[in-house]
Amino acid sequence: MSTRARVLWFAVIVVALVVGAGVYGVVEGREVRAQRAAEPEAPAAPVAEVTDGPRIVFRHTGLDNEYGTVAIVSADDPGGARAFTGVTCDRVAARAEGASCLVTDPSLAASYEVRELDAQWQPVATNALPGLPSRTRLSPDGSLVATTVFVTGHSYMSTGFSTATEVHEFGGGTRWGNLEKFQLVLDGTEADPVDRNIWGVTFVDDDTFYATVGTGGRTYLVQGSLGSRTLTSVSRDAECPALSPDGSRVAFKVDVDPGRRIVWQIAVQDLASGERTLLEEGPSGLDDQVEWLDDDTLLYGMPRADEPGVSDVWSVDTSADAAPSLLIEQAWSPTVVR
Amino acid sequence: MYISVRDRPATGEESRSGTTVTTPPVGRVVIILGVVSLLTDVSSESVSAILPLYLTLVVGLTPVAYGLIDGLYQGVSALVRLGGGWVADATDRPKWVAFLGYGLSAVARVFLLFASGAAGIAAVVTADRIGKGIRTAPRDAMISTSTPAEHLGRAFGVHRMLDTIGAALGPLIAFGILVLVPDGYSVVLVVSLAFALAGVALLGLLGPDVRSRREAAAQSGPTPPPFRWRDLTDRRLRPLLVIAGVLGLLTVGDGFIYLALLDHGGVNVSWFPLFYVGTNLAYLLLAVPVGRLADRVGRARILVVGHLALVGAYLCAVLPTSTAAATIGTLALLGTFYAATDGVIAALAGRLVPVQARTSGIAAAQTVVALARMLASAGFGLMWLLLGPATAMIVVAGLLAVAILAAASRVRLLDTAEVTP
Repeated sequence: MSTRARVLWFAVIVVALVVGAGVYGVVEGREVRAQRAAEPEAPAAPVAEVTDGPRIVFRHTGLDNEYGTVAIVSADDPGGARAFTGVTCDRVAARAEGASCLVTDPSLAASYEVRELDAQWQPVATNALPGLPSRTRLSPDGSLVATTVFVTGHSYMSTGFSTATEVHEFGGGTRWGNLEKFQLVLDGTEADPVDRNIWGVTFVDDDTFYATVGTGGRTYLVQGSLGSRTLTSVSRDAECPALSPDGSRVAFKVDVDPGRRIVWQIAVQDLASGERTLLEEGPSGLDDQVEWLDDDTLLYGMPRADEPGVSDVWSVDTSADAAPSLLIEQAWSPTVVR
Repeated sequence: MYISVRDRPATGEESRSGTTVTTPPVGRVVIILGVVSLLTDVSSESVSAILPLYLTLVVGLTPVAYGLIDGLYQGVSALVRLGGGWVADATDRPKWVAFLGYGLSAVARVFLLFASGAAGIAAVVTADRIGKGIRTAPRDAMISTSTPAEHLGRAFGVHRMLDTIGAALGPLIAFGILVLVPDGYSVVLVVSLAFALAGVALLGLLGPDVRSRREAAAQSGPTPPPFRWRDLTDRRLRPLLVIAGVLGLLTVGDGFIYLALLDHGGVNVSWFPLFYVGTNLAYLLLAVPVGRLADRVGRARILVVGHLALVGAYLCAVLPTSTAAATIGTLALLGTFYAATDGVIAALAGRLVPVQARTSGIAAAQTVVALARMLASAGFGLMWLLLGPATAMIVVAGLLAVAILAAASRVRLLDTAEVTP
């Protein structure tokens, strides 16, 4: 081939690529815009209608004009009408007193924030987060906020991952900072591992909480105290704990295929006896911090395999052979207000 | 010894236009390879900028699942790099080895469009990294072979400048698309694929088939012997590997420097993504001037002295008075460090081994640097927690300053040893 022919071929390829990518972008853009203009499939209700009794607050994931906003359904009729709050969150935790909302702003340089909202969903405080939103939880009376984010790009191996979990007072005030700075006791001995990561807080009260500590390829369920700034291991192999409403049990994820692959299943542990039940028929490969609907039922979000960006909230009984059932369609990050 | 580099015949244009001492234009090979790298970097950096968001918001994975597997292939990449160097030397076909590397990364982009699940995405990212490992040394060897020795620093500077422009444009293009098309992650992936394919097409169609061994034969008579591993233990290359290794052991990841800046609390966390932009900007502005300087005063000298900029960056990052000026200063120093080291070491290594081992020599130097820096980051993570950010940074800065002083005595030796045509 002559140089001229090569230049010509290159020009043809570049034009084809520009046209191809451009057409794809325009078509995809139109499709997304059309989707985002549509009304939600689920029937809508005014917020006041669903907020007198127990309710489930979640991120709506229908590809429509409410995509990503926080919605509320009555706990008595989860599949029924949903009320939209107009507030957008990637992760949300709510109590009657207010809510914590983790947000990603992907415009130009992605930035991450935690926003605290009052009972009327009006902003009270906003703080920057050091990474990608992962978990948020409130204490039972709504006075404390816990956040977990993924800090990418600056762990020890620069390509690995690292988490940052922080606790602060709702609306400002005391900040306990990164829980990595807390004193750590693993299996009865004080430990100071370099590679520790902490994630997934669940509060008992205004001082005590449970969380996950990861180090040396293992995970631990730890009990923490804000007052004494300590984390003490309770048992091994437990991620993202959630405390039951009566405070007697914790539900968490366990990796049932340790090694390179991660396959999470839900387990429930009785705190008094230490007895652990694996939900064998439960969801496999879930990747969410579970939430208790009541003392015998768990909630969690699962992305749809065939529809990117859309997920559903499922519920499952805490017995070993219980089968999960679809509770709320087009929903993510469920949180229960009692 | 080989012929003196100053005796190389000047090109026709140069002797015609040359009234006084004019610098010849940067070679076509360098520009083409630079544009190939620019296109490829736009492709890879646009994806890396959105990958964490894409994984968590769309695919529904947490980066844990992804990060665990991600840590494994650092070592693989180093081995692949040496392998790529060896094949390029053994066949004397660096262009086609580089083409294979670029092609592999482009194919990986196609699969990324359809990958779901942690394992699939990790496999695609691994293929991309392997492609990068394969292509780097052969491409640098092509630049080295097609440039007269006295302008090597500038040639690598031009290449790295184009490369870094691509790295800076990638995230801008990605986030620009996300602004235009809400949640348009698949559009970013398709655009990224288009850039990767354009890079591969440019190299394949217009990249010259530079053949170091054959060209050496055409210029100075006898064909150089085929590559042997023994060539890598060349007396002239060894001190460079030692110096690069020792300095690399004291080069902690950029992430730590950025973290130290944030640790003061003086800089808002939301500025974090701009740290990369700032460093890249300094790098692309300085790559050519520093490369030219290296041609004048000696490349080994610039390589070693350039590490002083890193010492400066360490110290600047932990200055007790944290201000915008200290932040900008840190990023500028970090960019200067890259300008003085990344291309310069390839320029140097390619000329410290016999011509038949050029790609392997460059690959060896780059592998030593990569492995040393990995160890440095792992070790520094420990120091960071034991001593605290500020003390740890100051200790490393002190050690690095001592290492620079020690290496400085070897600089003259390296700069005069560099005679392979």
